[in-house]
Amino acid sequence: MDEILNIENLKAYFFTTRGAVKAVDDVSFTISRKQSLGLAGESACGKSTLAFTILKMLQNPGKLVGGKMVVTGMDITDFSESKMRKEVRWKKISMVFQGAMNALNPVYTVGYQMAEPLMYHKGVKKEEAMEKSKDYLELVGLSPDILTRYPHELSGGMKQRVVIAMALLLTPDLVICDEPTTALDVVVQAQIMNLLKKLKKELDISTIFITHDLSILAEVVDRLAIMYAGKFVEIGDSIKVYRNPVHPYTQKLLGAIPKLHEDIDKLEYIPGTPPNLIHPPSGCRFHPRCPHAMDICKKEEPRMKEVDTDHFAACHLL
Amino acid sequence: MYPILQVKGLKKYFPIKLSFFDSIRGKQTQYVKAVDGVDFTIDETKTLALVGESGCGKTTVGKIVTRLIDPTEGSIVLKDIDVATLRGGDLKAYRKQVQMVYQDPFASINPRFRIYDVLEEPLLIHGIGESMSEREELIFRALEEVKITPPEDYIHRYPHMLSGGQRQRVSFARATILGPSFIIADEPVSMLDVSIRAEVLELMRDLQRKKGLTYLYITHDISTSRFFAQDIAVMYLGKIVEMGPVKEVVDNPLHPYTKALLSAVPEPVPERRDMIKEIPIKGEIPSAADIPSGCRFHPRCVVAKDACKHDEPELINKGNGHFVACPYA
Repeated sequence: MDEILNIENLKAYFFTTRGAVKAVDDVSFTISRKQSLGLAGESACGKSTLAFTILKMLQNPGKLVGGKMVVTGMDITDFSESKMRKEVRWKKISMVFQGAMNALNPVYTVGYQMAEPLMYHKGVKKEEAMEKSKDYLELVGLSPDILTRYPHELSGGMKQRVVIAMALLLTPDLVICDEPTTALDVVVQAQIMNLLKKLKKELDISTIFITHDLSILAEVVDRLAIMYAGKFVEIGDSIKVYRNPVHPYTQKLLGAIPKLHEDIDKLEYIPGTPPNLIHPPSGCRFHPRCPHAMDICKKEEPRMKEVDTDHFAACHLL
Repeated sequence: MYPILQVKGLKKYFPIKLSFFDSIRGKQTQYVKAVDGVDFTIDETKTLALVGESGCGKTTVGKIVTRLIDPTEGSIVLKDIDVATLRGGDLKAYRKQVQMVYQDPFASINPRFRIYDVLEEPLLIHGIGESMSEREELIFRALEEVKITPPEDYIHRYPHMLSGGQRQRVSFARATILGPSFIIADEPVSMLDVSIRAEVLELMRDLQRKKGLTYLYITHDISTSRFFAQDIAVMYLGKIVEMGPVKEVVDNPLHPYTKALLSAVPEPVPERRDMIKEIPIKGEIPSAADIPSGCRFHPRCVVAKDACKHDEPELINKGNGHFVACPYA
């Protein structure tokens, strides 16, 4: 299996007047071809920042402060903005943004917006770009006459499909989906999930799937990473992480999913709120909310340990 | 147990404004039939979950019950108050009994009010608490009840200094401070992270037990209603298509729409990750301005027959309090 993305000790901080917010702090992982990685955690744990860092689209005051990013053998850590735009964004890595409703420009037709990257990157004529856009609309289950429509004429589910088609246009190796179904109704959400599964089977792409909802991730990812306060706390084969979660945070997150066909008297939840990332807690960052916290958790930061083949977690209990 | 709220034949039509030319051409005004004949009752201290996709009219039902908007037709009776015709002082007194909690805790609290002001406002409007110290005591008690403790740490904060879950708890404190008997919760947890959702749902249940509250829980998420509600009503394009005890409906859905909704709920079963899920429904929800003839679900129904295009089905009792509006169920 060849490696599509290799992230080593990545750090991205936001430099505010009150201090540096350590949104992504020492994260490492790899993704191989055709693999999909789920990235889960509460709001503000750094999962979207991680995605933006990989595309080098961090907005000020956000900065990449350390680590290494290799995309299909190419070290992009020091790439300039124009080099990123010409060689990496959309060609190697594309992204489906959170809230498809707002990801399209309301004053241009769908066709124009789809043709633009093709004309820019591939230098093809408009007619040819439109033809190619049609194929991609069909791929995501939309009729080609949508090309002449404006975004406000489409429903939320259709817009999300257009955004997915746009992410695939330049045949990237990796697609990052940031909460692709959050604003959608359950039925539409299930249809979009089916589409993503179908694309995963048919196309030669790897995906990173970001959401706070573990029940959605279970339906699609091969590997699962749980993020807390800027760090990975558990990562591994998704069946192993779901069936045998070892980190207390993962256990709590899984316990919070309401079950449809079971009588439950009490839902689990995680007391307290995620920590301030300017001054994160000492030692293990989860210790103030952890039911099993010991003395060592306050002092020493746990390292990633292998608990099983392709199943790692960072906890002193292990 | 007796019903605290009885809703019968509730309708709300919003007129679509005609252009000047259309109006002089004598074109008929068209209506968006947001709510088109809804009946339900809720027993005291129980919860009814009203579920459906966006645009099915569930929020409109909630707004009519609080009388934020007026019904076009139908009756609403809370205890023995005829809600539909209330005006002036009576309406104000009614709102002390019925409060609403909104979906977005970031938008539903005034960002320029401190938490103290947020909670004092309803007291001032309804003239509760003679003196400032009396009101302060009420505010402290309301915050303690929603587990915003210690209250003195929070009353001087602004909403942006609280997390989403804390803000939603403040919304509940604001709703319960007037001592209502009935609360309409419109998607109270859908903007929150899964991990905080459970906390807010637990709080809602806790308040229900302690204060004997009755809820109308409006949501698009069937899985939280299984945990939180006793009864469920599934709404589609302004009508209830299936209704009954939540366990009965979720474990044994009869209406094709309910079946589709349930099949779409994501399940945390990683072993089935490569399977494409069958969702027995076609297309997307049509506009409420142009409701299909006969059974309004027929264009999307996978088992629709010819008769479905003409005959509008009524809710039929299938036993155990389980009602369904489909003759083939």
